Amino acid sequence: MQRYNVWQVIRAGLKGPGIWDKVWDQPEPKPYYDVIVVGGGGHGLATAYYLAKVHKIRNVAVIEKGWLGGGNAGRNTTIVRSNYMMPGNTEFYEHSLKLWETLSHELNYNVMFSQRAHVNLVFTPGQRDAMARRYNIMRLNGIDGEYWDRDELMKRIPHLAYDGRYPILGAYVQPRAGTARHDAVNWGFARAASALGVDILQGTEVTGFVKKAGAVVGVEVRRGGESREIMAEKVGLAVAGHTSVLAHKAGLGRLPIETHKLQAFVSEALKPILDTVVVFGGPGHFYISQSDKGSMVFGGDLDGYCSYAQKGNLPIYEDVMANCLAIMPCLGRVRVLRQWAGVMDMSMDGSPIITKTDIPGLYLNAGWCYGGFKATPGSGHVFAHTIAKDEPHEANRRLTLDRYARGYQIDESGHGPWAKVH
Amino acid sequence: MLRIPCPVCGPRDHTEFVYEGDATVAYPALDAPEQEWFEAVFLRENPRGPHSEIWHHTQGCRALLIVERDTLTHEISGARLAHPGMAAALEEDA
Repeated sequence: MQRYNVWQVIRAGLKGPGIWDKVWDQPEPKPYYDVIVVGGGGHGLATAYYLAKVHKIRNVAVIEKGWLGGGNAGRNTTIVRSNYMMPGNTEFYEHSLKLWETLSHELNYNVMFSQRAHVNLVFTPGQRDAMARRYNIMRLNGIDGEYWDRDELMKRIPHLAYDGRYPILGAYVQPRAGTARHDAVNWGFARAASALGVDILQGTEVTGFVKKAGAVVGVEVRRGGESREIMAEKVGLAVAGHTSVLAHKAGLGRLPIETHKLQAFVSEALKPILDTVVVFGGPGHFYISQSDKGSMVFGGDLDGYCSYAQKGNLPIYEDVMANCLAIMPCLGRVRVLRQWAGVMDMSMDGSPIITKTDIPGLYLNAGWCYGGFKATPGSGHVFAHTIAKDEPHEANRRLTLDRYARGYQIDESGHGPWAKVH
Repeated sequence: MLRIPCPVCGPRDHTEFVYEGDATVAYPALDAPEQEWFEAVFLRENPRGPHSEIWHHTQGCRALLIVERDTLTHEISGARLAHPGMAAALEEDA
C-alpha cells in the first residue's frame, strides 16, 4: 500500500495527481474464501480489516450489492459518542470510541475524527436528575462526562435559544465525543483491508445461501447479470437495514427487528457557528452539528412506520425544522441543501446484536437502530473476533440474540419492546 | 405524506393516525407457554414488500384499522376496520 504522508502531498503538488495509486483493488471473485462478509458498509469493511489485521485471516471477501458506503454508511449524521448507561452498551461503545481515537493512524487515512464534545441540553430539574444518573454511571465505568451549567453553556455555545419556548438549564457533556467524516471511514477501511489482501466485490448481490447438513457453506450471488456460488467456511452478515431479508433467506427466520427509515438534512455552508454536537432531547428530539465544510448537519425522529424505501416524508421534515427553530432560531433563514432517508434495523430494545447464530457458519451483526455510525470500528473489531474465535469479545458478550427470550433486553431508553420508539 | 383510506372517514393524511405495527401478530392466551409470548412480543416478519399493519385513527373516528401497505413502494392497496364484527356491520350498511 502506498502510504500517505506530507511528502507525497508535496510530490503530487509538483508532479500532478497521477502519482496516486488506486485506493483499493477490484478483483474478480475467487471460488472459496475463509470468511465472506456480506455488506460493504462501514461495519462490513471494518470486520474484514480486523479479520486480516488482528486475526491474520486474509482470504476474506466483502460482498456489496451496490457500491462501498452507498447505504447508511454514506447517509448518516456522523456523530460518535459513548454516553451509554446499560451494561452491554457501556463497554461496547467505549471500546469503539477508544478505537476511533487512533483510527486515522491505524488506517493511515484521515477519518477527520473531531472530539468536539457532545452536548445534551437539559430543560427541567427532573431531566437533570435522570441525566445526572446516566452520566454518573458513565463515570463509574470510566467514560468521561460532565455538567455545564447555564453560564458555562452560554459561554461555550452562544447561539442557542436560552430563553425561548424551552428555557435551557444546562447540559450534560461528553467531551471526548464528536464527529468523523463518514466517507473517509469507509474508504479508509476499504483501502487498508484491500492492502491486506481482502477482496472487495462491489456490484455483487447475495441472493441466497449455500447450505450443507444445516450449516452455511457459501453464498449465491448475482454479479454482472450472472448467478454463481461462492463458497466459504464462515459467512458474516453486516447488512443493517436489510437484515430481515437476508435472515429469512439464510433460514434464521424472524428476528426482533423492524426496518424503519430515518431522515437527515444538510444546509448550505455557513461560517463557523457551532463547534460541538448539540442534542435537544426531552421536549423535542433533534441533533445538530456543523461539518468542516460549514454545512449544518441535523436530524430528528424516525418517520414512524416500517419501510425499506430510502425516501423520507414531509411531516417529519416539518417536525425537524420546528425542532431546529425551537433551539437555534438563528438558523431560520438558512436554506436546506439536501435531505435523504436511510433504512434502519430497529431492534426491539434499541441495542445491537453481534453474535454467532444457531446455524453453523453463520454470524450476525445487526440491530443498529440509528446509532450504527459511531459503532463502526468497535463493531468490526468485535465481530471479527466473534467470527475468528467462535466466541464473543469481552465487549459484545451481552449483545446476543437470545437476550430477548431470556429477559435480558438492553433497553437504554426504557421504552419497552416497540421498535419504532427506540 | 401517506393517504390512508379510512372506511369510516374517507381518505386522510397519515399524521391523523398512530402506527401500531404488524397486524399479523396474534397474542396468545395469558397462560400460554413463554416461548409463544416471546414470539408475539419480539419477533417480526419485517417484509420488504406487502405488509398488513395496524393504524389507529386517533384524530379521526378513533377506530383501529388494518391497512395493506407495501413497505418498499408505500402503495396502500386497502384498509378495513380491525374489529371483524364492526367491519362486517359496515359492509352491511353499505
